[in-house]
Amino acid sequence: MPVPDTFYTASPHWTWYIILYFFVGGIAGGCFLLSALLHFFGRPEDRRVVRAGFYVAGLGAMVSGLLLTVDLPRPERFWHMMIQSHTGYPMFKSWSPMSVGVWGLLLFGLFAFLAAVGALVEDVGPIWKPLTWAPVRVLTRARVQDLIAVIGSFFGLFLAGYTGVLLSVTNRPLWAESPFLGLLFLASAASTAAATLILVAIRRRLADGDAIERLARFDRGALALELLALLLFLASLGPTFKVLLGWWGVLLAVVVSGGIVAPLLLERAGRSNLPRAATLVLVGGLLLRAVVILSSNTISAIGSGVTVR
Amino acid sequence: MSHEPMGFFTDTTVCIGCKACEVACKEWNQLPAAHGGRGVLSGDSYDNTRRLDGIHWRHVKFIEQFSEDRTDGRWLMMSDVCKHCVRAACLEVCPTGAIIRTEFDTVVIQADVCNGCRLCIAACPFGVIDINPASGTAQKCTLCYDRLQAGMVPACAQACPTQSIQFGPIRELKQKAEARVRQLHVLGESRARLYGADEEMLGGLNSFYLIADEPEVYGLPRDPRLPTRNLFRSALFSTVGAAVIALLGLVSLRKRRMDARA
Repeated sequence: MPVPDTFYTASPHWTWYIILYFFVGGIAGGCFLLSALLHFFGRPEDRRVVRAGFYVAGLGAMVSGLLLTVDLPRPERFWHMMIQSHTGYPMFKSWSPMSVGVWGLLLFGLFAFLAAVGALVEDVGPIWKPLTWAPVRVLTRARVQDLIAVIGSFFGLFLAGYTGVLLSVTNRPLWAESPFLGLLFLASAASTAAATLILVAIRRRLADGDAIERLARFDRGALALELLALLLFLASLGPTFKVLLGWWGVLLAVVVSGGIVAPLLLERAGRSNLPRAATLVLVGGLLLRAVVILSSNTISAIGSGVTVR
Repeated sequence: MSHEPMGFFTDTTVCIGCKACEVACKEWNQLPAAHGGRGVLSGDSYDNTRRLDGIHWRHVKFIEQFSEDRTDGRWLMMSDVCKHCVRAACLEVCPTGAIIRTEFDTVVIQADVCNGCRLCIAACPFGVIDINPASGTAQKCTLCYDRLQAGMVPACAQACPTQSIQFGPIRELKQKAEARVRQLHVLGESRARLYGADEEMLGGLNSFYLIADEPEVYGLPRDPRLPTRNLFRSALFSTVGAAVIALLGLVSLRKRRMDARA
C-alpha cells in the first residue's frame, strides 16, 4: 500500500490552545443558538436559561479570541488577520476558512456581547448605572433582541462548524482526507452546548424539569448526529484509517463509548443521571477534538531515512 | 516590473550530499543553528538536518536504500527546497496576506506581516514551511529574493559544486532538464524522470527536479493538490448539518411562543 500524499506534509503544531478554542468556540456558538431558539419558541419560565446561554456565548467568544491570540507566536500581530498591515485595507479571503473564520468569530462576538449585555440588563435591572443608559436599554426591546438572536444564531452555527472545514482545507493526514470534519465538529458543538446549558441550569437552579428535559432531548438528537458524523468521517478516511488502529483508536473508542453512547444510555435511564451524562458529553467533546488534532500531528514522512526495498 | 519566471532545476543524480547549499543558505539568510549550535546526531541516518523547517530552507535529503540482507544498496541524495509552485497552497490559504508572489514568479513570506498562525504549514503539500523560532513567523526559501533583485544568483545555486542546483529562467531550465533526462535514458538509467516540470502539477513547480526513482522514494507526493479542493464539499456537508441542528433545536425546544412577547 503506497503512503498517502498527505503524509509528505508537516504538522502545524496546533495543540491545546487550538483544541480548547475549537471546544469553547463550539460551546459558545451552540449555546447562542439554543438560547435564541428558547427565546423565540420557549416559555416565559425558560427566560433564565435563555440569559444563561447568552452569557456562556458572550464569555465563550471572548475566551475564543484570547485563545487564538495567545496561540500565535507573534500575538501582537493578531490584527493582521483583519487588516492588511501594509495598506490598511480590510483583509479577507472568501476561500480561506481561517480568514472567513476570523471575521465570523468577530461578528459572532459582537452579537454574543450584545445579547449578553441585554441579558444582564434583564437580570440585574437598574442596579448598575451604565445599564440604564439609553443605548443599553435598547437591547431589551423585543425587536432588537429578535434581530440579535437571528443574526447571532447564524454566526453561532458558523463558528461551531467552520473549524472542521478549516482542518479539511489543508493537506494534512486525516483532516484533508474527509469532507465530514465540519459536520462532526458542528454536531459535537451542539451536544456540548446543550450539555453546558443543562449543567448550568441544574447547578444554578435556572429551569424547571420541563426545560431541562427539552434540552436533554436536543442533546440526544445532537449526540446521534455526532455518532453518524463520526462514522462517516472514519469511513471516508481511506488508507489513513490505519493510523487510528493504535492508541489514537483506543482514545476514539473512549470518546464514542464514554462521550456519546454512555450519555445516551444514562439520559434514558433517568433524570437524576443528567448531570453525569452532561459531564461525560463535555469530556467526550474535548477529547474528540484532541484526538482529531493530535493524531494528525504525529504523522509526517518528509525527512531523510533508511528504506528497505 | 515583471521578469521572466525564474527558478531552480535540481538534478538529483549529480548531487554528492556535500551540503554546501545548506551552509550557503544558512549563511546568506542568517539562519540560526539548530539545538543552539550543539551537534545532535539523528541516530538513524548519516543526515543530521533531517528535514526542511523554519531555520533550514535547503536540506540535502539522504535516502539510504538497502536490500533486505544489506548486500545491495544505494544512496540517493536530493537537495530539497520550496517548490515555488505556480499555484501555491500556502499563498492560497494565508489569512494575513503575508505570502506573496514576486515579480520573478517566486513565492515569498513577508516576515514583517506573518503572525505565525501556521495554516501555511498545514497547507503546503511538500512539508516545506515551518516556524523560525528566532522570528516567531513561518519561514522558507525566498529563492534569495534579495539577491535576485540585485541581479545575483541564489546562494545555494552559487555554492553547489556539481551543478546539481541550477538557477535560471524556467523556460531554459526545462530545456536543459529534458536534454539531461534523454542523456540518462541513453546511458541506461531508465528510471530518470522530471518531477514538477509540467503544468499538470500545481501549474508547474518553479523549483523542479530530476529524480531517479518514484517520487515517494524521495518523500515527494505523487499528486500534490491545493487545499481548497476540499472546501466546497466540506462546507456543503457542514451547511446541511447546520440546517439539521437548527431543525432539531426547533423540534426539541419548541413549547409555545412566550406570553410576554405575544
